[in-house]
Amino acid sequence: MIAVLLALAVLPAVTGAFDQPFLLDLALRIMILSCAAVSLNLILGYGGMISFGHAAYMGIGAYAVGIPAYYGEYSGYIQLPIAVGAGALFALVTGFVCLRTKGVYFIMITLAFAQMAYFAFVSIEEYGGDDGLVIEQRSEFPGIINMEAELEFYYVVLAFLLGALFLVHRIVGARFGMVVQGAKGNEARMQSLGFDTFRYRLACYVIAGAMAAAAGWLMGNYNYYFSPEMMSWTHSGELIFMVVLGGAGTLFGPVLGAIVLIILEEELSGATVYWPLILGAILVAVVLFARGGIEGAIAMLERRK
Amino acid sequence: MSIALLEVRALSKSFGGIRATDNVDLTVQEGEIHAVIGPNGAGKTTLIAQLAGMLPSDSGQIVFAGRDVTRLPTHARARLGMARSFQTTSIFHDLSVLDNTLLAVQAHAGHSYRFGQKARSDARLTAPAMAALEQIGLAGKAGLSARKLSHGEHRQLEIAMALAGKYILLLLDEPMAGMGAEESAQMVDLLRGLKSQKSMLLIEHDMDVVFALADRITVMVSGKTIASGAPETIRADENVRRAYLGEETSGDA
Repeated sequence: MIAVLLALAVLPAVTGAFDQPFLLDLALRIMILSCAAVSLNLILGYGGMISFGHAAYMGIGAYAVGIPAYYGEYSGYIQLPIAVGAGALFALVTGFVCLRTKGVYFIMITLAFAQMAYFAFVSIEEYGGDDGLVIEQRSEFPGIINMEAELEFYYVVLAFLLGALFLVHRIVGARFGMVVQGAKGNEARMQSLGFDTFRYRLACYVIAGAMAAAAGWLMGNYNYYFSPEMMSWTHSGELIFMVVLGGAGTLFGPVLGAIVLIILEEELSGATVYWPLILGAILVAVVLFARGGIEGAIAMLERRK
Repeated sequence: MSIALLEVRALSKSFGGIRATDNVDLTVQEGEIHAVIGPNGAGKTTLIAQLAGMLPSDSGQIVFAGRDVTRLPTHARARLGMARSFQTTSIFHDLSVLDNTLLAVQAHAGHSYRFGQKARSDARLTAPAMAALEQIGLAGKAGLSARKLSHGEHRQLEIAMALAGKYILLLLDEPMAGMGAEESAQMVDLLRGLKSQKSMLLIEHDMDVVFALADRITVMVSGKTIASGAPETIRADENVRRAYLGEETSGDA
């Protein structure tokens, strides 16, 4: 996995030398979606909270770029905190309701909230309704970084990905993470030990929501565009796909899942219109034969050596 | 004069028309093992669930360590020092044996909104956790996944968790359930050894175990307590004999 991250770090030099901007673009998309998948993994993989509405946070993050920009406010110092704050707030309010349910109800209610956000933004004509709006320019951090420069933006995204991985690594190893993982396995037992599991799970849900909104902030900047479509449940499904494919509850799994999914999408969609069928088959195979996903399979091979 | 650690007054709980517990009175003194016995369906497990806060009570009062805890949620009661073991083993199978015990320590080590230090290398957590495992005899298996333990060891682990945290009253719901004779005897020794440290409310079917361990016994039948007292008193009680002990004790007496 370190090799993958190193490859991402030197990729711009390589693509620059061989004049392959397309690859850089692909890597950017992979990294941004990885950020979101890493945040989903925190609640889904480590916390057992299967959110089917995680794309809503990415949408919220993108609107946090787009709406201020619509009013001429391009400062990243304003847009990024709005994205993170709005993501956290949406997670706090919806999580307060969602986390009172379990299992399939939790999945459905997270989906329902995401769809509500989707339709809410569809209905706001001012910001383009369901067509969304173009963002004139990326967030500004005057004097520090120029995100309009593709290379600088690339390293900003890479820094966010590393930051997200580091954050999750720290969280799951700390006392807080122990509580979240314990509550995944046996919530009633955690309560009888003396933990107010609801609050810890809610805090975890809020952290993941804020992280996903930051990823959405990157996505809005990357696309120069925001629309309710970003919140669509199909995108939430893709994020779950990445996490499960890569290995839920493993640190790097979601990144591997994102890499494989996006490259497969790229390749297969060029080859056949039935590519989602093939993706579906792959997911079924992973769930049946490789529960730990790609990361789990790698760990198993290493143990055999 | 000993102090009442747990005092239950007129506690009731109905499911539909059935009164699972019906005006139960019960007192657990500090340092004693108090056994609750009774036939299947007498309401023993319902009582434990009410005491632990997993079932809300319809009426009555629970006073624990001098505080009225009747309306407190489970986790708040646990923080005050009530530990519940479950009838069916309830541990964290995905975590290691040490992690399981560590969580019990952590539950009584302030809040857990801590992100800075790795929990598994925090001596404030691992030292008490290991100490509890030593005492139970599971220290050698600390690193194993809890899933890999035998059934008897699972039950031992539950006791280790109760020991590791700052619990003062253990609510033990059939701790010997599903154990072989040898394991069961070990557990009796273990619990007897813990008496100086913890008070216990014990629900148990095996009369040998009950009479070997209990300082006092309460008998429940159809949700009601029909007798409460020292083991000899209970053994001699005509009502109890008729309602419950029956052949079982007259046979081996």
